[in-house]
Amino acid sequence: MTTPPSRRQILAQAAGLGLSVSLLAHQAQAAIQGRKLITVVCRGGLDGLSLTPPVGDPDYRRLRGALAISDALSLDGTFGLNPALPAIHAMIQAGQGRIVPAIATPDRARSHFEAQDVLESGAAAVYGASSGWLNRTLTALSRQGKVEALSVGPTAPLILRGPAAASSWSPGRTIEATARLPTLLQDLYQDDPVLGPALARGLATETMAMAAMSGLSDPSQNAPMGSYAGGGVQGLQRQGQEAARSLGGTLAGFMRAPGGPQIAALSLDGFDTHANQTGQLANRLAGLDSLMEGLRTGLGPDWDQTVVVVMTEFGRTARPNGTGGTDHGTASSALMLGGGLKRGGIIGDWPGLKDAALFEGRDLAPSLDMRGLLKGVLSAQLGVEARDLDTTVFPDSASVRAVPGLV
Amino acid sequence: MAERDLEAAIAVTRFGLGARPGEIAMARGDPRGFLLAQIRREGADQPQPGAATAQQRIAEFRDYQKDRQAAKAAPGSEEADPVKAAQRLLRTETAVDFTTRARLGTTTTTSFRERWTLFWANHFTVSATKLQIATVVGPYEQEAIRPHVFGRFEDLLVAAETHPAMLLYLDQAQSVGPDSQLVALMKSGAGRRQGLKAPQAARLTGLNENLAREILELHTLGVDGGYSQEDVTEFARAMTGLSVGGLRDRDQLGAPIFRSIAHEPGARTVLGKRYPVGGQGQTAAILADLAAHPSTARFVCTKIARHFVADTPPASLVARLEQAWTSSGGDLARVAEALVRAPEAWSPEPAKFKTPYEFMISAWRSVGGVPRDISVLAPTLNAMGQKPFSPPSPKGWPDETAAWASPAGVVARMAWSQSFADRAIGDRDPVQLANEVLGARLTPRTATAIARAESRAEALALMLMSPEFQRR
Repeated sequence: MTTPPSRRQILAQAAGLGLSVSLLAHQAQAAIQGRKLITVVCRGGLDGLSLTPPVGDPDYRRLRGALAISDALSLDGTFGLNPALPAIHAMIQAGQGRIVPAIATPDRARSHFEAQDVLESGAAAVYGASSGWLNRTLTALSRQGKVEALSVGPTAPLILRGPAAASSWSPGRTIEATARLPTLLQDLYQDDPVLGPALARGLATETMAMAAMSGLSDPSQNAPMGSYAGGGVQGLQRQGQEAARSLGGTLAGFMRAPGGPQIAALSLDGFDTHANQTGQLANRLAGLDSLMEGLRTGLGPDWDQTVVVVMTEFGRTARPNGTGGTDHGTASSALMLGGGLKRGGIIGDWPGLKDAALFEGRDLAPSLDMRGLLKGVLSAQLGVEARDLDTTVFPDSASVRAVPGLV
Repeated sequence: MAERDLEAAIAVTRFGLGARPGEIAMARGDPRGFLLAQIRREGADQPQPGAATAQQRIAEFRDYQKDRQAAKAAPGSEEADPVKAAQRLLRTETAVDFTTRARLGTTTTTSFRERWTLFWANHFTVSATKLQIATVVGPYEQEAIRPHVFGRFEDLLVAAETHPAMLLYLDQAQSVGPDSQLVALMKSGAGRRQGLKAPQAARLTGLNENLAREILELHTLGVDGGYSQEDVTEFARAMTGLSVGGLRDRDQLGAPIFRSIAHEPGARTVLGKRYPVGGQGQTAAILADLAAHPSTARFVCTKIARHFVADTPPASLVARLEQAWTSSGGDLARVAEALVRAPEAWSPEPAKFKTPYEFMISAWRSVGGVPRDISVLAPTLNAMGQKPFSPPSPKGWPDETAAWASPAGVVARMAWSQSFADRAIGDRDPVQLANEVLGARLTPRTATAIARAESRAEALALMLMSPEFQRR
């Protein structure tokens, strides 16, 4: 990993785009200094019992049948890690990661859209908030200083939507440095509350992206996304993992750059494993593992000031369904990763898999409210005040306690 | 008179897919009549009349899968690389399906009809994110959606849910009743004697609720429509047996079939109503009741209002559409008429942000052009977050501004507008073009910017990126 692009390089690019310097973020010191937070939402309902298989639980193999994992990477007497996650395993073993084996949002409808809304809005119920909890975190932090945030992907996810401005970036695009159109459009959009801010942020991020990518010497960064290079299905999967790793590395580059985002939100798709789940899940998890490895390597020394939270909208049924997969469930696992985490065991409790312990007789029961974990992270890592966490960031959540001592 | 000009512009740009040169003038005589004339019993236009059917495409894909087994025996050769072969297949056929549909969008003189159709295709999403579905999406739209868009909702519902594409997309084809004869056969070992091979048997062993859930949650009642988990499971049990012919079904390969030995026996109770013992008839009866349910009218009419008029549609508009739906027994032509006649649908402010597809189609329409092939469509749509035929989930493409007006999305549109304008402007007068294409919706600020542009191409790019062109 080469050094991050200098402020001079970024300003040079910005001048070429006709941007005034004030559009770029100033060093966001004050409130959170160099500390960083990354959220990774695994969409589709990630099967927690496959992510962190409770291999030591006496009911695990009986319940899971053909879907029970026999070659899990070992963590402790009860839990293992899916074998597709060697890099994450290494982090956990080094005390830079912890698992949360039975966690859920307050929503019980088992609908992707409701549950993702509740996960990302931070509300107690669906339609409870039209902005994301991470966006409201930016507002809470803004009292102490400016904090930059970035979502990765072509559309803006709910978690970062809201009144506080956030940038977005989609890999694989560049704009010509000498174009006039950006400046002309900024004029045209002066009274447009949607297009104006969106364009401004988009241009600022593009500038950083170009600078960050020109600072990376690895030629694979320049490979066109999505081109197939041979090698059959394994080749495609390897390519996917390479792309994930390089995405992690590029994002890390942005976050280390002066004025770069300190908060980032990503999502990964493809976890809704209703049929023939073992192979599909292994493939998606390998992508997650590569992404994390790319992030950790790319962040370099900043990894020690970073926390990554990997979460999903709900888990899946404890028993397999009729098609080699699982259906929508309730509790799943979450992961906390980062160089600055305090060492510790599992976060939350393990309710077990006895029939009486299952939620509605079919799903792993939750032992922790997702908001409690997130409050603990926001408080310890970013210094968000309890008052804000209980009222504005997570509305009507005074009864949900923050998990203490995470960082 | 100015009001008539504005209404003509609204008719073409909000209800339609954007104005082709001269189109606003055509609508000026009777803007509402211009739209009402596009409603017809026969349904939508077909992008590719006489194209391959879904059955043919599914059979083709199964053949490729068979060949793949053979290829594994002779690895190394380029020809035999199964993934390359699949990509060739998907590239050419899916590309043609998508391009012809996009061309229809850019050339049609009845673009309200086409927008109405795209709404229903999205409502009953079948996505190419599943590899085996990619070549079936085009035929699915042509066979299951387009003929029914101005018919009865129940007919559209049945056609969509029982089409092989939907049965494969939402895993219904492999769903088997836990107490069905098939499962009993498997357990007794008799299945092998019947000729069912072990892997096939292992796949067909139990109930899959995916389609049942999405029908209730996304296609009919809606998530608040008043159904329970038990309703989902009972509905799923009723639908067992609905499947798609496989290799062993010979000339039924790729066709919708009913496997009675996979059907869960017994009566079913869904939403408090008992459905007696039956085969396929159980599904038909339940779908009929779902179509007639008041929650369905409310849920779907809200979506229609949201798609055409505003992210948060006025309650009075939804009520009008519901009234037309309920009083006509779900006649979608009546609902479309109610939409056209609703005063709320004619407010002057452009409130809906165009999706990437809508934006690109309207750009081609504005210059009277057509997309040449997939290469001018797919990479850009991918970059803007709307991969062809590939909504990320059964919910389909989102319909709200916030989903599409992201910073990265806007920059992608800007970059594309620039290169599109360079290629497309030719000798046209951009000021005249802007007047023709936006009519009374062209704002003075945009008109001035266009007039002051340094080049024709820059002027056209400004028009395409103007607030009034980015919305409708």
